[in-house]
Amino acid sequence: MRKIGLNEVEDIALGASLLGAGGGGDPYYGKLMAIGAIKECGPVDLVDPEEVPDDAILLPIAMMGAPTVLCEKGTGGNEYQVIYEMVSQYLGKPIYAVMPMEAGGVNSMLPIAAAARLGLPMVDCDGMGRAFPELQMVTFTIGGVKATPMALTDEKGNSAIFNTITNKWTEELARAVTMSCGGSVTVGLYVMTGAVMKAFGVKNIVTRSEMLGRAIRCVKDQDSLPPEEAFLRSCEGYRLFRGKIVDVLRETNGAFNLGRILLEGIGGCRGQTAEVSFQNENLAAVVNGEIKATVPDLICLVDTETFTPVTTEALKYGKRVLVVGLKCCEMWRSERGLELVGPRYFGVDTDYIPLEERAKGGNGYV
Amino acid sequence: MYKLGIDVGGTNTDAVIINERREVVAEVKYPTTDDVYDGIIHAIREVLKNSGIQRSEITQAMLGTTQCTNAIVERRHLAKVGLIRIGAPATTGIPPMVDWPEDIQAVVEDSLVIRGGFEFDGKELAQLDLDAARSFFERIKGRVQSVAISCVFSTIRSDHELAVAQLCREIMGEHVHISISSEIGSMGLIERENATILNAALYQVAERFTEGFAKSLADEGISHAKIYLSQNDGTLMTMEHARRYPILTIACGPTNSIRGASYLTHVKNAIVIDVGGTTTDFGVIQNAFPRESSAAAVIGGVRTNFRMPDIISIGLGGGSIVRRQPDGRVTVGPDSVGYKITSEALVFGGQTVTATDIAVKLGMANLGDPSLAAGIDDDFAVQAMDAIREMVEECLDALKLSNEDVDVILVGGGSIVLPKELAGTSHVYTPDHSGCANAIGAVISKVSGNYEQLVDYNQIPREQALAQAKQEAARLAAAAGAIPETVEIIEAEDVPLAYCVGNTCRVRIKAAGDLA
Repeated sequence: MRKIGLNEVEDIALGASLLGAGGGGDPYYGKLMAIGAIKECGPVDLVDPEEVPDDAILLPIAMMGAPTVLCEKGTGGNEYQVIYEMVSQYLGKPIYAVMPMEAGGVNSMLPIAAAARLGLPMVDCDGMGRAFPELQMVTFTIGGVKATPMALTDEKGNSAIFNTITNKWTEELARAVTMSCGGSVTVGLYVMTGAVMKAFGVKNIVTRSEMLGRAIRCVKDQDSLPPEEAFLRSCEGYRLFRGKIVDVLRETNGAFNLGRILLEGIGGCRGQTAEVSFQNENLAAVVNGEIKATVPDLICLVDTETFTPVTTEALKYGKRVLVVGLKCCEMWRSERGLELVGPRYFGVDTDYIPLEERAKGGNGYV
Repeated sequence: MYKLGIDVGGTNTDAVIINERREVVAEVKYPTTDDVYDGIIHAIREVLKNSGIQRSEITQAMLGTTQCTNAIVERRHLAKVGLIRIGAPATTGIPPMVDWPEDIQAVVEDSLVIRGGFEFDGKELAQLDLDAARSFFERIKGRVQSVAISCVFSTIRSDHELAVAQLCREIMGEHVHISISSEIGSMGLIERENATILNAALYQVAERFTEGFAKSLADEGISHAKIYLSQNDGTLMTMEHARRYPILTIACGPTNSIRGASYLTHVKNAIVIDVGGTTTDFGVIQNAFPRESSAAAVIGGVRTNFRMPDIISIGLGGGSIVRRQPDGRVTVGPDSVGYKITSEALVFGGQTVTATDIAVKLGMANLGDPSLAAGIDDDFAVQAMDAIREMVEECLDALKLSNEDVDVILVGGGSIVLPKELAGTSHVYTPDHSGCANAIGAVISKVSGNYEQLVDYNQIPREQALAQAKQEAARLAAAAGAIPETVEIIEAEDVPLAYCVGNTCRVRIKAAGDLA
């Protein structure tokens, strides 16, 4: 167990924007909520998954709705208490700790605010190891954990607990209520025991996020390696491409931001071209017609100078980026995992081949 | 009928006079003084003398100044502020100023979050708690002279902010300074609130520079001119407006120089390169207005979200020092001899090889004593110019929105050191009077109106929504002093909200017109 204070929050937020793989929403407002809670209630205890008793009840916390609305309304701060009471009353058991459901983007920060305000520890584990756009896209689903009972509350105190027959229904009902509540709500879902979390969670992801954030922040402070090498080494990333954005083709479809980013090589990649497709998060990276990485592996665009992650909202012509591949957690690579978040689920017509295999020059031409 | 434009920069105070046909009649540069008014007065005196016109013929005077930026960055002359945020039970999870640097948090003497505000569709989030507002104003009365008011979704509906502002005036008196967030920032409560607090803290600075400018004009006998201040979006505001919204003057310098460059060349879409003695600023002119940056503007450690021009600055200028590195490469800058160029550059009898010397050696400029640069090695000079070209071409490319060639306008005193043939460009313009492009930008500015709203296209069709928004923006521009017939839409964008069911888009329109 260790403490998460203001400095740790800065690094976790920066790392979370990398784990967002282009999406997940800007962690900035989430960070302000975490900072506000820590300043008011003190630092948070981060517990290692192995420290959690098998029968302990764990409550993942997230926001649902439009990040743009979150950037006006924030949260009231009392939502976590409401959710805590609803869930513990429903189960008739106390809750041992909170945890993130999604370590990428803005949802990385809300459990920190929740833990601080509830005086509960936070478990160093999530259900994605990155960001994904749909509610059922968590490793817990592989373990048969249901999203419900799901507790939902807005800042006004309206609250509901959902029991649904499928996660698809959970998504549909919760979205409708979210809009009626003003477009942004706090939820507690995938309530599970310590044993389930240990079996199906993405462990030590908060620590990894913090390490990634520190790596980005400190790249300039070391001089033993060229900055790009230092960055790739510390995040265990694969260099997929280095280039300049020459076009961004966007289309919108319901709640999703779809599109393709076209890149022209610079530096060592001069003369080559690449394309990154995205649906909120980046889906596939293709270099000179050859697939280099696909979901569920993380495809991240970072600034070539500062290594700051570039989100799909901030893409524009002329921006120079390094396209980096990060390995997803092993569970996503299972048959069941790929059914949930594999390339074909997102309409990318290819078999999933792990990033490191493709890096060796495996097949995968399109 | 003449117009006088003044731009107070870090190094120089520039002044220009233009006539009714908007031709430059006279231009001068005078070193900026510690007491900026001394510099302004001298610049006015000189430009009047050069123009030979009557003082009474000047009907409009425009000032661009960096004093608000300096006040915030240096934490000087900032006034104590009382902050009231309308938004509980939402927003309380993020206390005001939660991530501000400590040394500037002190500007807020007291703050309170009260119930009220709106949802994204304009529904009331909570009933406005005027009793809480009343007791807050009674508590801070006498302790502060300036109040900042923010409110959830006040960019959609501002009635709660206005009601609280009225109450504030009733309790704290007619002379209290009130800053309202919906009039200052755009979507994003915290950034908008931050900008509002800074605006409130700047009221004394604003009083000083507006009164100081009016006084310098009066002292010089220019008593009939209507006075305007430059905003950072390339438009003007009245003196009364500047006193209420001083924060909008931040970063108007680069904006003015971009606008001035466009005016001098009659080119409405281009990249403007402003080369000074030490640095070069690259900006984009789109439809005769600067392109705004998409990144959050952080001023003195405080994150805000109001419009700032998209500028790239690099350490390249007329005084940049040129040297051969141990590995054989020739580099230019980022260090510079700066204002000492007239004594330190080779062509002026000095000992340092500067970018200006390279330009003279290569026959691109005729300055000082060219024979003093003749000794520079030919190969060295060519390599130095290649280095300059590479720096410039890279920045040009970073600002372009597509692969197509663009027009480029070169301005600023140091522009002689840049090659006129640049990759990715269709035409490079080098206008006359380019040394005073920023003062010209101030004097030819328009007045504008901005409108922003969230619209569900399933309820209001896109065409209709955009047309309404354009009308509203045009009305706001006319209200700001534009001649209605000259008002045109200069920016229109609608961006869909991510992760949001339905078809809700954020519509932003800007309209601008000529000053009456």
